[in-house]
Amino acid sequence: MRNLLLAAALTVAGAVPAFAEPPQRIVVAGNGLTEIVYALGAGDRVAAVDTTSLYPKRAQELPKVGYLRALAAEGILSLKPDLLLVTDDAGPPAVLAQMARAGLRVVKAREGHSAEILAERVRMVGSILERGDAADELERGLAADFATLAQSLAASPTRPRIVFVLSAGGGAPLAAGAETSAEAIFKLAGAVNAIDGYKGYKPLSAEALAGSGATVIVTVTHSLQALGGEAAMRGLPQFAGAKSMRVVAFDGDYLLGFGPRTAHAARDLAAALRPNETIAKLPERPWVAAP
Amino acid sequence: MTMRPVVVAGAWLLAACLAALSLGPSRIPPTDVAVALLHGAGLDFSVDERTLAIVASLRLPRMLMAALVGGMLALAGATLQGLFRNPLADPGVLGITGGATLGAVTAIFFGASAMGGAVLPLAGFAGALAAAIAVDRLARVDGRIPVASLLLSGIALEALSRALTGVLIYASDDRQLRDITLWLLGSYAGASWDRLMLIAPFALLAAGTLPFFARGLDALMLGEREAGHLGIPVETLKRLAVGVAALGVGAVVSVAGPVGFVGLVVPHLVRLTHGPGHRRLIPLAAAYGAALSVAADTLARILVAPAELPVGLVTAAIGAPFFAFLIRREKRRLAA
Repeated sequence: MRNLLLAAALTVAGAVPAFAEPPQRIVVAGNGLTEIVYALGAGDRVAAVDTTSLYPKRAQELPKVGYLRALAAEGILSLKPDLLLVTDDAGPPAVLAQMARAGLRVVKAREGHSAEILAERVRMVGSILERGDAADELERGLAADFATLAQSLAASPTRPRIVFVLSAGGGAPLAAGAETSAEAIFKLAGAVNAIDGYKGYKPLSAEALAGSGATVIVTVTHSLQALGGEAAMRGLPQFAGAKSMRVVAFDGDYLLGFGPRTAHAARDLAAALRPNETIAKLPERPWVAAP
Repeated sequence: MTMRPVVVAGAWLLAACLAALSLGPSRIPPTDVAVALLHGAGLDFSVDERTLAIVASLRLPRMLMAALVGGMLALAGATLQGLFRNPLADPGVLGITGGATLGAVTAIFFGASAMGGAVLPLAGFAGALAAAIAVDRLARVDGRIPVASLLLSGIALEALSRALTGVLIYASDDRQLRDITLWLLGSYAGASWDRLMLIAPFALLAAGTLPFFARGLDALMLGEREAGHLGIPVETLKRLAVGVAALGVGAVVSVAGPVGFVGLVVPHLVRLTHGPGHRRLIPLAAAYGAALSVAADTLARILVAPAELPVGLVTAAIGAPFFAFLIRREKRRLAA
C-alpha cells in the first residue's frame, strides 16, 4: 500500500511540478535523462549522475552515485540535492522510498523506447527544470529529425533483418529480443529485429542466429573490445553460422540511450545498414555535439 | 566464567554502533547525532529535518538491521558448528541460505524488484522455511535425526537450490541478472523500521533461546551417545537448535541476502581467542558477529560514497585477512 501511495505521489510530482523554485541541485540516474538535462542547458545544476550516464563528457566528471539499480540513500542525500530524477527501472524501490521519506523530491520518468516517449520525457524534464523554451526547441528539433529520417527510409527499398548482440561481463554473447531498446532503435532505423521469439536479452544460440535470416550483426564497441575484436567474436561458436553476416559496432550509450541523440543514432544505424544507399544526413544539433 | 570477555565484546559492539550512527557520506557532528536520536525518542530537542531523517530513518534502522543480521548469522554458525562437531558448518549447510536465495531469486525473476515492500523478504523467508522442512523430512531415519544424515541432507538441498537458482539466472534478462547478482552479494540498503520489525521477532527468539543449548552442545563435543549418558535429551536438542537457527537465519537472509563470511568465520575467531566452551562462545559470537557486520556496513557506506558497496564484499575483505593472521599467530603460539 505504502508503495502504491509512493508511486502515486511520484506520478503526480512528475506531472504537475507545483514547486516555487526550480531545482538547483539535481541527481540524475539513467543516461537518456542525463542527456536531456544537459541538452536543455541545465547541466550546471547537475550535482551527480549514475554510472550509466556517460554523455556528455562533462557529466562523467561529477560524483557518481553508483549503478542506477543499486542507488544508495544516504550517499545521495549527502549531496544535498533538491531533486532526484530517475528512469522507471532505477532502484532498489526500498531505497527510493527511503529518500522520498527523508524529504527528497523523487521524480520517475516513464520508461519506454519510442520517439513519443522521448518527446514526453523532454517535456517533463523541461517543465520540472523550468526550461520550457529549450524543451520546445529540443522537441521540435527531434521531431523534425525523426521526420527527415522517416522520409529517407520511405524512399529506401531495403528492410534489413538484423540481430543485436551484447556481451555482458565476458560471458556468452546475449541477443536482444522483443521489447528491448535495441529493437526500438531498429524500428527507427527501418530495420527488422531478426530475433523476435522472446522478450529481453537471452544467450545467443548459433542455430537461432543461423536460422534468423539476419544479414547484419549490430553490437556495441565495448562489447566488441571485451570479446577481443571482430575476428575473435566471429571465432566464437555462437557465430558459426554467421559467416556471410556483416558486423557493425556503435557506442552503446549513443545507440541505446534513448536521449536527445537518438534521432542521429537511428540515422547512423540506418546508413550503416545500407552501405549502397544514401541516407540523408541530419542537421548538426548542439545536443549531439556537446563535449 | 568471568564476565570480562563479554564486557570487551560488548564494548566492541557499542563502538561499532556509535561509529555507524556518526559516520556516513553526510557529515553530521556527533552532538547533532545525539540530539537527533533524543528527538527521535520523543524528547523535545530541535533538530533540522535532514539530520533527523538521516540519523533516525536511515542510519539507526540500518545499524540495528546490520547488528541483528550479523549477530544472528554468527550465533547460528556457532550453534551448527557445535551441533555437527564440524568447523566447516555454517548457516548454509542446512540448506537454509540456499532455500532463501531460491525464494528471493524466484521473486526477482517474477518481477518483485519493481514491487518493493515486503514481497522479496517474504519470498526469501518462504524459501528458507520450505528448505528447513525438506531437510527435516529428508534427514529423518526412524524418527531420529542422525547428525550425519542432517548434514548430508542439508548439503544435497543446498546443491539443489543452487541448481534451481542457476536455472532462473540462465533464464533471466540482463536487468534481472543485475538485481540477482546484487542480491547475492548481500546488502543492508533496504533497511527500514518495517523490515526490522519483520525480522526482529525471529532473530530475538533465536538470540534468547540458543544460549540455553550451550551445556548440551558442550556435552555433544564428547559424542552423541556420551551426551545422552550425561542426561542431555540429544534428539530434542538437535531439533530445537536446528529449528531455531533455521528460523533466525531464514529471516535475516531474506531481508539482507546471504551476507558472506560472518556465519562461518566469526565463531572460529571466538573459539581461537576464547576457547571452545559454548556458554562463552555463543554470546561472544553473537556480539562479535554483530560488531563485524555493523562495522563492515559503515565502511560499505563510506568507501565509495556517494555510491555504496554490497556489504558481503566488505565482510569478506576485512574478515578473511584478519582470520588468516589470527590462525598464523595461534599456530606460532601452539608451536612455541
